[in-house]
Amino acid sequence: MINVQPVITGIKTMIDIFSLQFMQNAFLAGMMLSFVLAVVSFFVVLRRLSFIGVGVAHSAFGGVALGALLGISPTLTAIGFAVVVSNAIGYIGKKGHLGTDTAIGIFFPLAMAMGVIFIGMSDQYNVDLFGYLFGNILAITRQDLIITAVLGGLVLLSTVLFFKELLFVAYDREVAFVSGMPVAFLDHFFLTILALSVVISMKIIGIILVSALLVIPGAAASQITHRYNSMIAVSILIALISTSGGLIISYYADLPSGATIVTLASLIFFATFTVGQTRK
Amino acid sequence: MKHTAIDTKNDKEPIVELNDVWVAYDGKWILKSIYFNCYPGEIFGIVGPNGGGKTTLLNVILGLVSPQKGSVQLFGSQPDKQSRLEVGYLPQISHADQSFPVTVLDVVLMGLYSRIGLFHRPDRNSKKIAMDLLSQINMADHATRPFAVLSGGQQQRVNIARAMASKPKLLVLDEPSTGVDSVAQEDFYELLAKFRNEQGISAIMVSHDIGVITSHADQVACLNVELHYHDEPDFCFSPDITKKVFGKDLKVIVHDDKCATCYHRHQDHD
Repeated sequence: MINVQPVITGIKTMIDIFSLQFMQNAFLAGMMLSFVLAVVSFFVVLRRLSFIGVGVAHSAFGGVALGALLGISPTLTAIGFAVVVSNAIGYIGKKGHLGTDTAIGIFFPLAMAMGVIFIGMSDQYNVDLFGYLFGNILAITRQDLIITAVLGGLVLLSTVLFFKELLFVAYDREVAFVSGMPVAFLDHFFLTILALSVVISMKIIGIILVSALLVIPGAAASQITHRYNSMIAVSILIALISTSGGLIISYYADLPSGATIVTLASLIFFATFTVGQTRK
Repeated sequence: MKHTAIDTKNDKEPIVELNDVWVAYDGKWILKSIYFNCYPGEIFGIVGPNGGGKTTLLNVILGLVSPQKGSVQLFGSQPDKQSRLEVGYLPQISHADQSFPVTVLDVVLMGLYSRIGLFHRPDRNSKKIAMDLLSQINMADHATRPFAVLSGGQQQRVNIARAMASKPKLLVLDEPSTGVDSVAQEDFYELLAKFRNEQGISAIMVSHDIGVITSHADQVACLNVELHYHDEPDFCFSPDITKKVFGKDLKVIVHDDKCATCYHRHQDHD
């Protein structure tokens, strides 16, 4: 006779998790973010811009600190900060003939330094800066869900609209330019959606760790797929497994959610890397 | 194998016209006093050593680099987005990420993107055009294969199909022989000649490979900062000019009908 007790216990526990409001919010936000981060990571990997996620994410910290100083929504100021810094990295890197990595090396510490200065100037301690840095699923409000849905939806919709142009520029920007693609616009468009993706991920994954999910889903998918449509599908699947699995594990093991999600995503990457290598 | 241009220079306006073009980077002249015309139906080869300004010259023609002095005309106007739509561009084979997750059909479809327009996806008609082009280059059977698994020669054929997809009047080719073996090179240039003969398309190609260019171009010029322009390809390689362009120790091995190793291949083609 099959022992169904463990299955029933498992289902009961899952129901327990979803009966908690903060876990409902966290799962909802995690699912939405998975789609957004997976699609953005597809382009981050193909454009070989992995380090830019780190730079833009840290620039969001300056924005959060500015919000704390001014006593306004840290999400709003983080959006402004991240979008401006992200585009400045692209602009200065190109116009200064520095390359993106050098521009990131300039703006990443600058934005962090400004964040530290803003905190130093602020006498308000009611903003959970640590939560923004490492993620805090308890802090996800209904308002955060709405912001994630609206901005995430905007990122996904605009990416679908410009998909073939983004693909062409990622593949061969010189030929794309000669054949009439608006390359400069697409560069800044991409940097903007990257910045928005970072900001909506701050509370669940955290500024320090979000860059991992801007790279790992796409990188892991690239190890086992050779067509862009399957690469995007696998990338989304990996992001969904990482966020939902990470949230469940973090709940049971009482671990920080962002760090658990990123660790699980990394393990999935190593698994796909191994599969990719054995296929060769 | 040499080809005769469909149209003669005398009854056509040049599609590319450079008059006394000078380009400098960091205070050093890369191109000096370049006079250059390319006519409809003409295959124009430019040879020269690495660093001689070949790619810069192509960038000037495409309007990607503005000269400090002189005038550039592409299809009768300054090179801009509109005139570039008449150009199919083939960069060096190593230019794009060779492991990019696209199929052969995807690559050819990219050549149609500017015509399809923003916010639209390639439709059935676009796919038909792309498949027709793949048939013309004998690559239709490879349409759904990943581009990354093709040989260098096959990739270059697909790249020319991509460049042809937008029905250009001029092909601009940067080192088309790089990474392609000699048999595939022959196939590639035959394809180029076919497009020229059937559609009257012009081509400007630059290479450091003297033999290939002289065998397949109607006009050849040698570039090493200055352009040595001649009507007869063979004349380009007078000892005086080759010494000026490539240096004194150059040995020229021309791959042509007299090439012993290719004798049988040419016999077969004849």
